Amino acid sequence: MKVTVERSELLKSLGHVHRVVERRNTIPILANVLLQADRAKLSLKATDLDVEVTDAIAAEVGPGGSTTVPAHMLFDIVRKLPEGAQIVLESSGDRAALAIRAGRTRFTLQTLPESDFPDLAPGDMTHTFTLKAADLKRLIDKTQFAISTEETRYYLNGIYLHAAGTAKAPTLRAVATDGHRLAQMELELPKGADGMPGIIIPRKTVGEVQRLIEDPDAEILVEISSGKIRFTIGPTILTSKLIDGTFPDYARVIPVSNDKELVVDKKEFAEAVDRVSTVSSERGRAVKLSITGGRLLLSVTNPDSGSANEELEVGYEADPLDIGFNSRYLLDIAAQIESEAAVLKLADPGSPTLIQDKDPRGALYVLMPMRV
Amino acid sequence: MPSFCRDCLVDASPQATRCASCRSPRLLRHDELASLAIAHVDCDAFYATIEKRDDPSLAAEPVIVGGGKRGVVAAACYIARTYGVRSAMPMFEALRLCPNAKVIRPNMEKYAAVGREVRQMMFALTPLVEPLSIDEAFLDLSGTARLHGMAPAKALARFAADVEQKLKITVSIGLSCNKFLAKIASDLDKPRGFAVLGASEAPAFLAPKPVSFIFGVGKVSAARYARDGFHRIADLQNASEVELMRRYGEEGRRLARLARGIDTRCVDADRAPKSVSSETTFERDIADFRVLERILWSLSEDVAARLKAKELSGLTVTLKLKTADFKIRSRARSLDAPTQLAHRIFTAARGLLEHAADGTKYRLLGVGLSSLASAAQADPADLVDGRRAAQAEQAIDDVRARFGDDAVVRGLAFERRDKS
Repeated sequence: MKVTVERSELLKSLGHVHRVVERRNTIPILANVLLQADRAKLSLKATDLDVEVTDAIAAEVGPGGSTTVPAHMLFDIVRKLPEGAQIVLESSGDRAALAIRAGRTRFTLQTLPESDFPDLAPGDMTHTFTLKAADLKRLIDKTQFAISTEETRYYLNGIYLHAAGTAKAPTLRAVATDGHRLAQMELELPKGADGMPGIIIPRKTVGEVQRLIEDPDAEILVEISSGKIRFTIGPTILTSKLIDGTFPDYARVIPVSNDKELVVDKKEFAEAVDRVSTVSSERGRAVKLSITGGRLLLSVTNPDSGSANEELEVGYEADPLDIGFNSRYLLDIAAQIESEAAVLKLADPGSPTLIQDKDPRGALYVLMPMRV
Repeated sequence: MPSFCRDCLVDASPQATRCASCRSPRLLRHDELASLAIAHVDCDAFYATIEKRDDPSLAAEPVIVGGGKRGVVAAACYIARTYGVRSAMPMFEALRLCPNAKVIRPNMEKYAAVGREVRQMMFALTPLVEPLSIDEAFLDLSGTARLHGMAPAKALARFAADVEQKLKITVSIGLSCNKFLAKIASDLDKPRGFAVLGASEAPAFLAPKPVSFIFGVGKVSAARYARDGFHRIADLQNASEVELMRRYGEEGRRLARLARGIDTRCVDADRAPKSVSSETTFERDIADFRVLERILWSLSEDVAARLKAKELSGLTVTLKLKTADFKIRSRARSLDAPTQLAHRIFTAARGLLEHAADGTKYRLLGVGLSSLASAAQADPADLVDGRRAAQAEQAIDDVRARFGDDAVVRGLAFERRDKS
């Protein structure tokens, strides 16, 4: 195999694939990236057996062929080569090595045979649809922060993507929760997605897809089977296993009859929460909201260091209420609110609170209060 | 010089060698006897003494309380100590020194019950009782002379006699003007002792002691101080506080003061515990994850039970392992919210254990919770599961409270009891 590629092209492409390679690997081949040269094209592929990313770039191909080399090391080498360099990758069949040449720099990397490289057989995809990159990114951005990291409830370690809404207005809905907060985002159901199974996309996959989206106007092809999902983003294809589990019936925790409505200026609110929570300790990040009439008093008391409070003018007409929340969770949600005003729908200090944009545009958040 | 009889509390004349009233030779005599009020009370060979009390046939035998061959000595009676057996010594070494010792498995519940009785009696002396462990505590008796109608020294002597009479165990008392000196004093006249160390005599008493005599100075730091010319406490006394601070920072200030017998720490009655933990040393080294996992579960249940009893919860789970070659490995993980549930403690610790169980052989496993919070903050309701996890464990606790600990056993911890 002998290929000549542009340094910037190869760097960008390696950037797409090398991240799925785990830093610590017990199976040596999984630390490698598969390089395949064929007809003016160099294909790259990396996997951790759960996620697989392939990419392709234009190349000047001499004799075709394929090999595998350590992914992170190749990425670092290419990164350190001078800008604008032409890189020649060459391997001869009889030696387990890949020569990398650029100008007067020369590397030789040990290789592992291509035949050892595992294939994440995608199987038959049952549903296919396209999404605008900006829409997919929005589905992810609005929900990703609420994904659980708790290993025992593995079925919460991802975004639950499914068809929802009404027959007249069907939606594609993304939901994530860690038990403390829940985030939901939906948009119009794309053609081809109706009847799709509800699937749980693992956290790592979600993060990779988010990073692969560069052009917001691009069209992304999404293919789904009951066990796998594949995203095609230009020349980059990401295939991932899905989480094999049942996502809990989240609809029953979304409050529908919370009648106490609190309207806050999002920026003012977030800044005040951030300020008063400075005195809270690592373990108890509770901020207390005391609401009376048009006034909201935010307060934090930390027996070890002191206390803080700040008063805000808000829109509130219901009975006075005291309720506590984890300040970090409040800030996470506030960061996703797009409009100037945020609406909190409250019931009582022990029940879930609904938080939305003044003009929701598909997103809603549920937050469990804390005892204060 | 004030003096009185420790047995009948009658004042004695300065020259007497025996009490004029009861003929006891146990006279206490000290210049500052009437004014000193900080005491350290330590039960003598606590576990071993209780075992001897409950089984008179052991009275003349060397008794060691501790775990099997692999464990360590939890307590050794004074007969066993004459062979060189000490607390915290590995059991095999203790048995080498004293092969005919009677080894008794510790019965912590029994000791804790006696410990509580001792503590109750301490509270009759003063509310300012700072327990250090099950069998020792600091007491501040300042300002109690009027209440008891006698100086703190006498009240303490009466307390020691009461403990002996009611609980049939003995205590040693150290009386001084601060915690550091009181703790030193209680060690001077063991067992069944009462030692007084006055502020004025403290510097001279401390001077010839090695620097490591000061608590918190271990082997490594002692070697460092020795390199700098500080071998004995006298060397510290000869250096100024400023000089020691310049050399050793905050620790230098502490050394300078303690070397002169100055300790300003208060007796803190409600010093909150910083962590709750449980650990065990195995009979044989273990590398198998499945076996370690099962032990981890029972330790997690133990920690959970103690958290619940103390109405506490904790946010940070720490796994502690000791390798076969005695290296300590410790790993910690913080939870989303404080917990007191065995299941949650176990799950977090199990994740840490998975990484540690890489074929290494371990001799000890422990799990603990720190960043403690109140029980009210524990295991908040969850959007997905509500309080089901907490309720399930509550149900198990209720069953156990009625039918015993073995009434419900988690599959993981269940060992088949074959008849063989």
